[in-house]
Amino acid sequence: MIVRLLAVLAALVLPLSAMAQEKVLRAVMHADVRVIDPVWTTQTIANIHGALVYDTLFGNDADQKPQPQMVGKYEISPDRLTYTFTLRDGLKFHDGSPVTTKDVIASIKRWGAKDGVGQRLMGYVTALDAVDDKTFRMVLREPYGMVLESLGKSGSSIAAIMREKEALTDPQQQVKEAIGSGPYIFAKDQWVPGSKAVYLKNKDYVPRTEAPSSFAGAKIPGVDRIELVWIADPQTAMSALVNGEIDFYESPNIDFLPLLAKARGVKLLKTGKLDGTQGMIRLNHLHPPFNNVKARQAMYHLVNQEDFLRAIVGDPKYYRVCHGLLTCGGPYENDGGSAFFKEYNPKKALQLLKEAGYKGEPITVLATTDHNTITPATQVLIQAMREAGINVDVQSMDWGSVVSRRAKKEPPAQGGWNIFITNTGGVGAANPVLHTWIGAACEKGLFGWPCDPEIEKLRNAFGLASSEDERKRIAKELQTKAMEQVVYIPFGQWDTPLAYRADRIDGIVPNTGLAVLWGITKK
Amino acid sequence: MTAYIVRRLFATLPVMAVVALFVFFLLRFAPGDPAAIIAGDDATAESIAAVRVKLGLDRPVVEQFGVWLWDLMRGDMGVSIFSNLPVTRLIAQRVEPTLALSLSTLLVAVALAIPIGVVAAWKARKLVDRVVMGFAVLGFAMPVFVLAYVLIYFFAVQWQLLPVQGYRPIGEGFWPFVECLILPSVALGVTYMALIARITRASMLEVLQQDYIRTANAKGLATDRVLLLHALKNAAVPIVTVIGIGIALLISGVVITETVFNIPGLGRLTVDAVLKRDYPIVQGLILVFAAAKVLVNLIIDISYAFLDPRIRY
Repeated sequence: MIVRLLAVLAALVLPLSAMAQEKVLRAVMHADVRVIDPVWTTQTIANIHGALVYDTLFGNDADQKPQPQMVGKYEISPDRLTYTFTLRDGLKFHDGSPVTTKDVIASIKRWGAKDGVGQRLMGYVTALDAVDDKTFRMVLREPYGMVLESLGKSGSSIAAIMREKEALTDPQQQVKEAIGSGPYIFAKDQWVPGSKAVYLKNKDYVPRTEAPSSFAGAKIPGVDRIELVWIADPQTAMSALVNGEIDFYESPNIDFLPLLAKARGVKLLKTGKLDGTQGMIRLNHLHPPFNNVKARQAMYHLVNQEDFLRAIVGDPKYYRVCHGLLTCGGPYENDGGSAFFKEYNPKKALQLLKEAGYKGEPITVLATTDHNTITPATQVLIQAMREAGINVDVQSMDWGSVVSRRAKKEPPAQGGWNIFITNTGGVGAANPVLHTWIGAACEKGLFGWPCDPEIEKLRNAFGLASSEDERKRIAKELQTKAMEQVVYIPFGQWDTPLAYRADRIDGIVPNTGLAVLWGITKK
Repeated sequence: MTAYIVRRLFATLPVMAVVALFVFFLLRFAPGDPAAIIAGDDATAESIAAVRVKLGLDRPVVEQFGVWLWDLMRGDMGVSIFSNLPVTRLIAQRVEPTLALSLSTLLVAVALAIPIGVVAAWKARKLVDRVVMGFAVLGFAMPVFVLAYVLIYFFAVQWQLLPVQGYRPIGEGFWPFVECLILPSVALGVTYMALIARITRASMLEVLQQDYIRTANAKGLATDRVLLLHALKNAAVPIVTVIGIGIALLISGVVITETVFNIPGLGRLTVDAVLKRDYPIVQGLILVFAAAKVLVNLIIDISYAFLDPRIRY
């Protein structure tokens, strides 16, 4: 009887002790995981999820140099037209099936049909064929120089390798299962959208042997379980970190940084060289007055970046005036076109607008009311426009409404718009090909629809450049042209350091673009 | 009584139909487009349009309504536009935390408010009464989120007595379950408590002036017996009515409380779904809330018959 009782007690206690030993990382990211397909959406959070679950052929390191990840070896033909890739050993999906070239080719095709960078790459691809189960070949029609960078991109819509079954899903539809070959397994049964997404350590994952660096090198699952907890209220999230209920807070509100810096056990960390944010004022090139380049250029006289950055960030430690479109601090930073910023003068802005044919018509500004950086930035711009004497039609709405309204091409009076403000990640904005907002592809481009064939030609030329010097030269020429055409007006760069419990976790991988969680260990 | 209940239950059908119609069209005419949110910041207008087509959002609104209604009649509330999970599963995941929070709030509020209200009426116009009424005004005036942050700051961050946020199901242990609910219940319950305390006091004051109370006192009955058995029971109908009305108040309060305390309940689900324009979830939730409200009203009406034998249905 006693033995039986002890056995029952042991059965009860053992799972509890096993649970107690389980190492759990609780992280609050900038958004909640609602979409499990990183190709279907460009949402950053879907890509953070994707980076845990899926592996990629290449991974860009902290210097944005592509390094092999799933690929073991690769060869580039002397004419730079044929790439032959061989997958490394030990790659397995979470269902136990091996990763083959069938899966890889289907995944690349789906990603290439959906993602902007993928579409550009696939525009050069004439053949993508399997040699055998582990080797495949990509043939190009021109020596496009961004093949590996594109496959290893980390900002949005990563080139995730899925099972062929999921990869054959229409790119405009979301895959139903998130089964990858990455370092963590998505526990779909424990997923509570809007609250918690759970990832379990992939014990079969074979990491690379190189040291981790952003998306390159060893992806070592450092804890048994990762819980991406979604706390919508920034103050609650901050308190939860201070109280030790969470270990990692990806993007704390800038207002709380001084408090977090003082909190016991908490550390702030800026992880990468380029992981800042760039602010952008986007003008609608389709409708007056901004269908006239002179009117667009007049708007430069309304932008004093310090005003915007002080309103958004406050502490100069976390912001930087940057008059370029390509990320300052990035490899292609240059001063092309920065002369447009030389004079902040609202009266002059109005005078130039009038010279461009502006007669005092209302200028519709989409003003979001619920975004911690875009809202104050919009207010600063509106104030400058009013100071200049411009007739501003402020349309206040939540960010969800801005996102849908900015896609409307109708004139402002019929539900369209003239100006909206947004921001973009420093990693994407550092490279002319990955930086989609610098493009000017007319009706096929991003909202605002700037149209200039020369800009698109320069972006293509950047991709085809054979040396780094040539790339730098093209980058400067491109930025000069884009500033002249006013594809957008930058209003500075800022950093949001992540906050974490230094007394509980270790091993945060320096990253660029997306938060990397796989290297983190629990003390 | 049974016939009455059945009749009332049938009467909920047209109410629900009107709610469904209203919610569906209101959402479709509100600004915002889930396809644009799904596609993300770097998506082109073409890409957004393609997503919209795949989600069926390009079809005429009346056709979309017909499809949704047909599915609804077969017990299918649809799937979330974002997560692709069935709305019924998403709602079911969130019922327990909201129910736990609502019941614990109700418990805290009723258990404290009724004695406070009774004492205030008994000691009318004395210091105790003024303190209670002062508290009631303050409780009613203070926004839930302000009180919530104050409670978090002191009880969780400074003194580390209770957790800041989250919810633990009762299956993970009684104390973890309770400790997560204490601060949210107090934050949410104060307004509710203030309302019930005021109504209890007013109702009790009226009853305490009745002849039968004077008779009971003249007979030499103990004060507690007079207050609880004779006065409170007869003052109960308006109190129960306010408790019922307060449940609507509770539902709106739950939305804020769940956000501040990060409780994964129906309130949070509603806010998130509205912000993301996840139409099927919002539609499903409004129907659930409407059904809950109708059911609560029914329970309140039935309870009158037990509290006041003169009431018959």
